[in-house]
Amino acid sequence: MTEQTQANLLEVRGIHTFIGQFHILEDVSVTVPQGSITVLLGRNGAGKTTTLRSIMGLTPPSRGEILFQGQSLVGKRPYHIAQMGIGYVPEHRAIFSELTVRENLEIAQRQPHDLEKRADFIFGLFPDLKRLYHLPGGHLSGGQQQMLAIARALVANNRLLLIDEPSEGLAPVIIEQLMDAIRALSAQTTVLLVEQNFRMASQLADRYTIIDDGHSVMAGSMADLVQDRALIHHYLGAA
Amino acid sequence: MQGILAAENRHSLLIVIGLVAFLLGIGFVAAGGDLGDFGITVLSGLFQGMLLFLVASGLSIIFGLMDILNFAQGAYFMLGAYVGYAFHHAPAVITAIPNRDLRFLLAVVLATAVGAVLGVILERGLLRPLYARPIFQIVLTFGVALVMTEAIKFFWSTTPYSWTEMFGFREGFFELFGQRFSTYRLFVIAVGFVLIGAIALLLRRTRIGIIIRAGVEDSEMVEALGINVRAVFTLVFTLGCALAAFGGVIAAPFLGATSNMGNAFLLAAIAVVALGGMGSYEGTAIGSLLVGLAVAVVAKFATQYLNQSVWASITPMLLMVVVLLVRPRGLFGKEE
Repeated sequence: MTEQTQANLLEVRGIHTFIGQFHILEDVSVTVPQGSITVLLGRNGAGKTTTLRSIMGLTPPSRGEILFQGQSLVGKRPYHIAQMGIGYVPEHRAIFSELTVRENLEIAQRQPHDLEKRADFIFGLFPDLKRLYHLPGGHLSGGQQQMLAIARALVANNRLLLIDEPSEGLAPVIIEQLMDAIRALSAQTTVLLVEQNFRMASQLADRYTIIDDGHSVMAGSMADLVQDRALIHHYLGAA
Repeated sequence: MQGILAAENRHSLLIVIGLVAFLLGIGFVAAGGDLGDFGITVLSGLFQGMLLFLVASGLSIIFGLMDILNFAQGAYFMLGAYVGYAFHHAPAVITAIPNRDLRFLLAVVLATAVGAVLGVILERGLLRPLYARPIFQIVLTFGVALVMTEAIKFFWSTTPYSWTEMFGFREGFFELFGQRFSTYRLFVIAVGFVLIGAIALLLRRTRIGIIIRAGVEDSEMVEALGINVRAVFTLVFTLGCALAAFGGVIAAPFLGATSNMGNAFLLAAIAVVALGGMGSYEGTAIGSLLVGLAVAVVAKFATQYLNQSVWASITPMLLMVVVLLVRPRGLFGKEE
């Protein structure tokens, strides 16, 4: 194991993923250093969500390697990958609408008292959830559901959070609250983020990887990327 | 039961109340205003509803969680009846366990256990390799139902068995407004209500219940939270098959064991699950009681005024059609 590998919590090396007959990822590599917020950037349909799903084992790669803390994730079932310490916040949140907020959090426990132990941290980040504790998840607003989805991924004290499009469909004021929460939680947990909102991504992330048409094409420090208007415009269409 | 009391279900609750009132009215007319006769009709409806619940609840939870319409559910009901009958009437068992009540209790335990073991074998051995191909699963459960039915005919012949070895509890009667009603049937009704409550508690108050309810909504997300969903599938499938076999063995002292009882209960159970709302436990419980009551009332009415018993057997399907015309997602089903 190289020194570089030890410093990286997650390394995705040249993965190829198919969905049915469609070759969605054609050589994607991503490195996520321990303690960082890394963002996957790219246009719609580039393969960002599929990259997160491949890491979680939900759409397993057919080729390539994924290492988490030096251990391979390829071939492992999603529940096993989650138990290794990876939390997943999917696009569209996937809140269990029939379950109360409490039950949505309890189901994420891996040990009997996980929620009790993490309650102060979670409700410190998202105080609204305490007030909504006994309401069904389906009764929450979009922003509240997003907070619940992130809180659910924090219950089990995961070492890495994969967060897919947290700002999607949310009002600017809610996005600000979410950014504060992600910034605060990153003190305890490494984050790999997919985000279309470049302003949010650039303010949050330390590092980036650009995925274009199923390939990872650029990676580096976010501070460098924000200086390169031409690159941003070329791959992301944002100026 | 908080789900059925939600605001979006008020319309359904009104339909249920209207249907129950209508059925009770017809039942009262069919009984010629005789309270005893009317009471017996209602209790018969509850008895049939409870037996239906034991087949339909497994069908509903399995469908909700695993998207499998288990056509073998009726065959497990029939298997429970045959295993229970065979155990209770076997000469060697009679000699070893002369106490008939104890023997019946052991027959119930054995039949339920056989249903559970065959449930595990079906899920792990045959269904699991087909999770990526749902149509194949449906065909497979249909095939398994046929194989089980033929196997039962092979081992026990096609001759219907009626329960000849009586036991004390089975023989008791109580009087209701001058009419005699079997205490055993009352016992089945009580067991049914206890099971409805117990399963509701399991789903609402335990971790595995929360996992099952979450899995009904989004099993992929449950797996991504670190829960081995396939193990939950096995557990739920086993529970569903065991419940059906339990229903068969407790029905056997009244219905006997016949090689067509599985299909009859399966069709009625499918009607219950569809009208209650696919995957809704509360809908299945209420739908079972509704269909049971409707069958008993129509049977009474048809015998009294139409002299045609066929109406009772098509009642579950007719009721399902009526409910789905008014509410296409079923009484307590979720909008897709």
